[in-house]
Amino acid sequence: MKLSMWTYEGPPHIGAMRVVTGMKDVHYVLHAPQGDTYADLLFTMIERLKSRPPVSYTTFQARDLGRDTAELFKNAVREAYERFQPKAMIVGASCTAELIQDDPGGLAEAVDLPIPVIPLELPAYQKKENWGASETLYHLVRALCLNVETGKRKIGCKPTCNILGPTALGFRNKDDVKEISKLLDQLGIEVNVVAPLGASVDNLRAIPNADFNIVLYPEIGRLTAEWLKKRFGQDYNRKIPYGVLSTREFIEEVCGLANIQVKRKEVQAFESKSNDSVWYSSSVDSNYLTNKRVYLFGDATHVMNAVRVAKDEFAFEVVGFGTYSREFAREIRQLADEMGLKALVTDDYLEVEAEIERLQPELILGSQMERHIGKRMGIGASVISAPMHVQDFPCRYSPQYGYEGANVLFDTWIHSLMMGLEEHLIHLFRDDSEFKDDAMPSHLGGSLKNEGSAAKKELILSGLQEKEREIFWDEEATLELKKIPFFVRGKAKRNTEKYAEEIGCKSISLETLYDAKAYYGN
Amino acid sequence: MESCQSAPSLNSGFKGVQITQEQGQREVFCGLTGIVWLHRKIKDAFFLVIGSRTCAHLIQSAAGVMIFAEPRFATAIIDDRDLAGLADANDELDRVVNQLLGRRPDIKLLFLVGSCPSEVIKLDLGKAAERLSIKYSDSGVRVLNYSGSGIETTFTEGEDACLVSLISQMSFSESTEKKLLIVGTLADIVEDQMARIFNKMGISNVCFFPSRLSSTLPPLSKNTFFILAQPFLNETAKGLEAKGVKRLSAKFPFGVEGSKAWYKAIATFFGVSSTVFDEAIKAPLERALKAVQVKKNIFQDKKVFIFPDSQLEISLARFLCQELGAEIVEIGTPYLNKKLMELELLALPNNVPIYEGQNVENQLQRCFDKKPDLVVCGLGLANPLEAKGFTTKWSIELVFSPVHGFEQAADLAELFCRPLDRHDRLKSLNTVETGVLN
Repeated sequence: MKLSMWTYEGPPHIGAMRVVTGMKDVHYVLHAPQGDTYADLLFTMIERLKSRPPVSYTTFQARDLGRDTAELFKNAVREAYERFQPKAMIVGASCTAELIQDDPGGLAEAVDLPIPVIPLELPAYQKKENWGASETLYHLVRALCLNVETGKRKIGCKPTCNILGPTALGFRNKDDVKEISKLLDQLGIEVNVVAPLGASVDNLRAIPNADFNIVLYPEIGRLTAEWLKKRFGQDYNRKIPYGVLSTREFIEEVCGLANIQVKRKEVQAFESKSNDSVWYSSSVDSNYLTNKRVYLFGDATHVMNAVRVAKDEFAFEVVGFGTYSREFAREIRQLADEMGLKALVTDDYLEVEAEIERLQPELILGSQMERHIGKRMGIGASVISAPMHVQDFPCRYSPQYGYEGANVLFDTWIHSLMMGLEEHLIHLFRDDSEFKDDAMPSHLGGSLKNEGSAAKKELILSGLQEKEREIFWDEEATLELKKIPFFVRGKAKRNTEKYAEEIGCKSISLETLYDAKAYYGN
Repeated sequence: MESCQSAPSLNSGFKGVQITQEQGQREVFCGLTGIVWLHRKIKDAFFLVIGSRTCAHLIQSAAGVMIFAEPRFATAIIDDRDLAGLADANDELDRVVNQLLGRRPDIKLLFLVGSCPSEVIKLDLGKAAERLSIKYSDSGVRVLNYSGSGIETTFTEGEDACLVSLISQMSFSESTEKKLLIVGTLADIVEDQMARIFNKMGISNVCFFPSRLSSTLPPLSKNTFFILAQPFLNETAKGLEAKGVKRLSAKFPFGVEGSKAWYKAIATFFGVSSTVFDEAIKAPLERALKAVQVKKNIFQDKKVFIFPDSQLEISLARFLCQELGAEIVEIGTPYLNKKLMELELLALPNNVPIYEGQNVENQLQRCFDKKPDLVVCGLGLANPLEAKGFTTKWSIELVFSPVHGFEQAADLAELFCRPLDRHDRLKSLNTVETGVLN
């Protein structure tokens, strides 16, 4: 059993739903208890889709458990086929149905439908949402393409690729696909099939016709891409076009896969036409962003790429990062090693909270869950990864990928930080009645809102002192500490204590505080 | 396409009302969702769901749009070690509770909330709650248990189950004082309004259940009576009756008529004279009548179709036709207790078809056929129906808004009028003929 305040991923059948809901003519019959239809809301409310997800649930109740739940499932399969006339069907169980062991695959086979019916084994007590989505896409593509002999590639035309990975309820997937399709068009590469988002069963069968694959979201598309590589020799990209630097490298890599020359001049012209984040980040107004201490957490793909943007495109100091995508633990640890950091690989919200508390960053780039942590500690937070809520399915065009994506990243990340002038003034003068220390940035609505969390942060900080009672702060030093601006105070306190410990000093005076400041060059 | 799953059973009439039981796919919440409002009402309680990742995902999808510094709900996620019997489920639970209470010393009442998985594997949370209550009695934390599973409970039945578990915590005395308990979660402001009206009627012995703090639960006695403020409290009513607490029967306090009848039942119980009663409710009654009248013009003769959700449906249908002049074309309800709903059913027009249970596909087909002006339905159906050109009122809001009593009668009407009003205001936007694209 595991105490979970917030979960980073849903159960695996939600992943399966994301795949079929993104598609056009596939239906999902899910053996699940009454109430599991809440999942429909993710799509109709959070993503505001206009139609119901193509999912039929058996919605069994306690009184059904004494009866034939297997028959209930077979009826649901039969009725779903008659009513919705899908071209393919997937069948499976949710966590509770997994316990009653009705074997959806076998039962659906017994119904004998004239369409491909693909059974899914999604172990709900071991695996999670992204794994479920990845498995579902893989099994669908495998079932539909296995007997396609070889792809019928068009000869003498533009090179073609498939885009794999975008799903319903994916973080900015819809706009990323648009942005990357635009980029590919510029490069003279044609998109054959985008899957699963927007694809039909016939589209999936046409996947082998492309020259290569582009995996936009490895958490979901890589397994399928690996199989396609083995089965049809289609290679796929490793670079993710997130941020300007990675987008440049992605262009090089993709042109290689497409076997075409990179037209560098044209690409450069396209970049300067579509991107402003490079200039924004270089402009003097961004000077104060240098060395801002940032912590990152989310799915592996978004975090690993955001780390690079934070470091090399915004000149932040990355103080730590982590992911809940265990499947990518090796890669993210390797990146952390290279940076002299330790990556946190966990799906435990409380561990992430403890890590952020320990590191005292000035900005958190995470998921919806890290916003809770940010609120608790009074630290600004921006969302860079799923899980997200309705506000991260915006109406406006807001990709994360490609050149426009980089523009969006600049605006979103910087927004949570205090603006330069305000930061200076708060540093200079502490006792203003409106622009108080311990306040949220005034461009985000100002002080009143955050008094609770400011007080909370003091509590957390004094709590830290409780825990390390062997080090004592004298009155003068405590007062001086309070003069340090709120967003770096946690860090200053940690550094001073660490310094005192190192020099074997039991109490901290004003002198120790400044000695530490000089020592850490801050 | 009749099959055994979708075949409706024979109509069981109720004094002229036509009630059909229907089976099939249900598009409703499980009782765990009750946590979303219960955690705000009982301010010192924590709700720990013992379930799967699905349960955790449900609650955070519902409540996670708010940003919590200190959430008062969480899930103990069962993993394969628990299922394989490699870990003793009770030891595991104790460890999780210990971790939780260590982090949250402000918690005075802990609910262990059962789910589908915990019930299917027959984890005895009742025993666990007893054991943990003893363990934490020194730190003043009480531990209770109820089920919010989908297999047992539908949406608001989660509150019903929660209140049943709280009954065990109410002291029972030999007091001879005549007391009344108002049962069901009400908005704080509604409770305050009610208290003022009782005050004017000279009634002082009224308590609300649940109370805002778990430490101030009202005591019970043989001379305590209760009245329901919410229609979905079937088990709570049974539980109180089993303790010898008698129920006052009344319409539910929705709309002017419902509120008046509800207060009247209470006044009669306490022997308040008609003059005092009329005087006590005069001002709010007049205000409410006037305010509702304004809404009536918008609603007159509009056809309304209601999908099952919370068991509030029958009372709301009564309000919609009695006070707003709407025509109800179908009422769906997840469960119907004819005894508790008797007075409401009698106030409905005879010809309204009522469906207990659901086959969502068949019900949608009936909805399409009847072409209602307003569909009251859950969030899984609302936007898809809007996209098909229907106007909808999402039903969950009726549970999340202050809708009881005189002062809220117009607000309740407004909840139903707003989508129609909005539809009207956006007409030019949604009409192709006037669009610039034409």
